[in-house]
Amino acid sequence: MNNRLLRFTKFSKVFFGISLSIIFIGIIFNFIFGTQLDIQFRGGSYIRYSYVGDVDQKDLTDLIQDNTKENITVSYSTDMLSNTENKQAYTVRVEFAGNKAITTEQQQGLTKALQKAYPDASFKVQESSAIQSTMGFKFLMKCLAAVAIACLLMVLYVTIRFRRIGGLSAGVMALVALFHDVAMIYFMYVIFQMPIDSNFIAVVLMILGYSLNDTIVIYDRVREERRKLGAKEEIGYVFDLSATKVMKRTICTSITTLIAIGTVLVVSLVFNIDSVTSFALPMMIGVVSGCYSSICIAGPLWVIWQRHKKKVGKK
Amino acid sequence: MKRIPKPVFFIVAILLLLFSYTAIFGVSYYTGDVKHTVIKGINDIRWGIDIQGGVEATFVPAEDVDATDEQLESAKSIIETRMISSGITDYELYTDSGTDSIIVRFPWKEGQKDTDAGKAIEEISSTAKLTFRPGNSYTETKMNSKGEAVCVGPKDDTATVLMDGSAVKSASAAPDPENAEQFVVKLKLNAEGTKTFADITKKYVNQVVSIWMDDEMLSAPTINEEITGGEAQISGNFDAESAATLANQINGGALPFSLKTESYGEISPTLGENSLIAMAIAGVIALIIISLFMIIMYRLPGVVAVIALLGQVGLSIAAISRYFTVFNSFTMTLPGIAGIILSIGMGVDANVITAERIKEEFKSGKTLDGAIDRGTKNSLSAIIDGNMTVVIVSIILLLVFGSTNILSFIFGASTTGTIYAFGYTLLMGVISNFIMGVFLSRVMLKSLCGIKCVRKRWLFGGAKNNE
Repeated sequence: MNNRLLRFTKFSKVFFGISLSIIFIGIIFNFIFGTQLDIQFRGGSYIRYSYVGDVDQKDLTDLIQDNTKENITVSYSTDMLSNTENKQAYTVRVEFAGNKAITTEQQQGLTKALQKAYPDASFKVQESSAIQSTMGFKFLMKCLAAVAIACLLMVLYVTIRFRRIGGLSAGVMALVALFHDVAMIYFMYVIFQMPIDSNFIAVVLMILGYSLNDTIVIYDRVREERRKLGAKEEIGYVFDLSATKVMKRTICTSITTLIAIGTVLVVSLVFNIDSVTSFALPMMIGVVSGCYSSICIAGPLWVIWQRHKKKVGKK
Repeated sequence: MKRIPKPVFFIVAILLLLFSYTAIFGVSYYTGDVKHTVIKGINDIRWGIDIQGGVEATFVPAEDVDATDEQLESAKSIIETRMISSGITDYELYTDSGTDSIIVRFPWKEGQKDTDAGKAIEEISSTAKLTFRPGNSYTETKMNSKGEAVCVGPKDDTATVLMDGSAVKSASAAPDPENAEQFVVKLKLNAEGTKTFADITKKYVNQVVSIWMDDEMLSAPTINEEITGGEAQISGNFDAESAATLANQINGGALPFSLKTESYGEISPTLGENSLIAMAIAGVIALIIISLFMIIMYRLPGVVAVIALLGQVGLSIAAISRYFTVFNSFTMTLPGIAGIILSIGMGVDANVITAERIKEEFKSGKTLDGAIDRGTKNSLSAIIDGNMTVVIVSIILLLVFGSTNILSFIFGASTTGTIYAFGYTLLMGVISNFIMGVFLSRVMLKSLCGIKCVRKRWLFGGAKNNE
C-alpha cells in the first residue's frame, strides 16, 4: 500500500519558495496600498440610507454634501431584494472622512433634509455607525491580545501532547504554520483592499483553530507511524508516509468545509450582505492556506529540525 | 470488539432525529389564539441587533466628569428604568468603570415601524433634570425633534433654581380638565417638596415660575395663590404620548451627570431579516450538499455521519434557544451563525477521519469487525487533539469578549458582543461534536455492523469483491 508515497519533504524548498513569494508580494502590496482599518477600529462614522425610485445621484450627492459640511464620500448600490411597489430600491452610503464620531443630531438633521427634499423616495436609515477613535483602538488592541493568548495556549497544548515526537519543535513549527495562515488572510485583506474589522479577528481565530487541527491530525499520524516503524526509521520517510495516509482525509474535510463556507458566501453575495461576505471570503482562503501550511510548511520544517537535531547529536 | 445490540442504532437514530426536529421547530400548542411554548425552537432564539436590527450606543459623562462607580451604577439603573418604561424590555446594558462609559444595546421590536434610533438614544440618555425657576427668560428658541419651537437656555433671574426633580414623589400623565385634546403631567410632591413648593408659591404669587426639563422650558404658568396641597401640574403642549414620556422621565429621576453619546450604531430591521433568511437558505443548502457528499464518499458510515450531523445541528441550536432551561439567555449574532457552521465542519471532520481510518484498515486486510474496531480506536486521538485546540480558541473568545472578562483590567469591558457569540456557538458546537460526532456515531456504527443484511464490507467502505 506504500506504492503511492507522496514525497512532501523532497519538494519542501518549492513549497517554502511559493509561500515566501506570496508573502513578499503581499508586503509589496501592503507598501503600495497601505492597511485600511475599519471604523470599528480607527473610529469614524457612516450612514447608509435606503430609498426607492429614481433620484438623480449627482443632485443627491450635492444635497448630502451641503447638509453635512464635512469631507464625505458617497457611494450607491442597487438593492436586489426589496422591490416595493414596482419601484427599484437603492442604498446610499455616506462615509465621513477622519476618525470623528458624528452626533445623533447631525444624523437626524441629514435624515430630515433628505426626507424633505425627496418626499416620494422614502429615505430611511438602514445602518449607521459612529465610533470614537480611542474606543476603536482599544478594541483592536484587545482583539490582538486575544489572538496572541490563543496562539500561546494552543502551542503549549501541542508541545505537551506531542512530546514523543519532539514536543517543542512540533509546537514551534505549528506556530510558524499559523503565522503563515494569518499572513495569507492579512494579505488577502490588503490586496482586495478590505478594511480590517472585527470579522478579520474572528476569521483569524477560526483559521488558527482550523489550521492547527490539520497540523495535529498529521502530527498524530507521525506519532503513530513512528511508534510502529521504530525511532530508527528516517524521519523524512516517516513524515511522507504519514502525510500520504492522511491526505485523503485532509482533502475531504477541506472540501466539506469549503462547501459550507462557499454556500454562505454565494448566498450572502446574492442577498448583498456585506458583513457576511467579508467574513466568508477570507475564511475560504484561510481554509485552503491552513490545509496547505500543515502539510507543506509545518511538516517539512519539523523534519528539517529533527534531522538537524540528529546530526548535532551524532557529533 | 464489544458488541452493541442491533436495535441500539434505530433507537439512537430515532431519538437524535426527534431531538433535532424539536430543537429546530420547537414544540408549542394553541389554546384559542394563545401560544404555549413547551420547547423552544429556532423561532424563540433571541437575535442580536445585527440580525433583528436595533440600536447600540455608548455614553460617557459630558464635560470630563470623573464619575464614581456608585454614580455610574445609579446612572445605569436610571437608564434601565427609562428603557423599561418606554417598552424596551429586551436589552443589554453594562457599565465600564475604566472608561466611565455606559454601553447599551437593544433590538427593535418585531414589526416595529417607527425606528428612529436618534430619538430613542436621546430619550434614554437625556439628563432629565426637572427644575422650577423664577421668571421665564431664555436665550434662544430652537426646533425640537417634532419640529416645534421651544425655548432653551435659562438666563438672568431664571438661571437660579428654586426646586428640582428630587422634590417630586411621583408623576403621571392625565387629560387636561380644561382642554379635552391636551394632556398634562401631574406631580405629587414629597413632604419636603410640599413645604418648598408652598414657600415658592407664596413668594412668587402673581409672578411667573417656569418649569424646565434640562435646558428646555416646558411651561411658564403664573402663580395665582399659595399651593400647600403638595400637588403641581405641568401643562404644556402635550399629547398623550409626550405627556407619558415626560412623566416617565420624571419618575425615573435625573442622572447624576449629563451624558454625551460617544458612539452609536443602528441597523434597520429589514436588513436583519434578509440576512436571517439568507443564512437559513445557506444552512439548508450546505447541509444537503455535505450529506450527499458524505453518503457518496463513505456509504454507511456516511449515513451515520449525516444522522450525527443533524443531531449536532439540533444540539447547537438547543444551546442558543434555551431548549434546556439551565442555559442563560443568549443573544445570537451573525458571527454566532458562522461559529455553528465551523463547528459543523469540525463534526464532519471527526466522521471523515473515522471513515477514512476504517477504509484503511480494510485495505490492510482486516475483517469487518476488526476494521471498525481498529478504525474507531486509532482515529480517536487525532479527533480529540484537534477539537481541544478549538475549545481553547472558543474559551479565549468567551473570556476576552464577555461583558466581564479577563482583559477588563487592561482594555475595559467589552465594546462589542458579536464575537462573543462566535466563541459561544463554537464551544457548544465542539461539545456537541464530542457527544454526537464521536460518541453516538460510534455507537450507531458498531450497532449497525451486528445487523446481518448490512454486514457487507462494501457498505462500510471496503472493496466490493472480497466479501
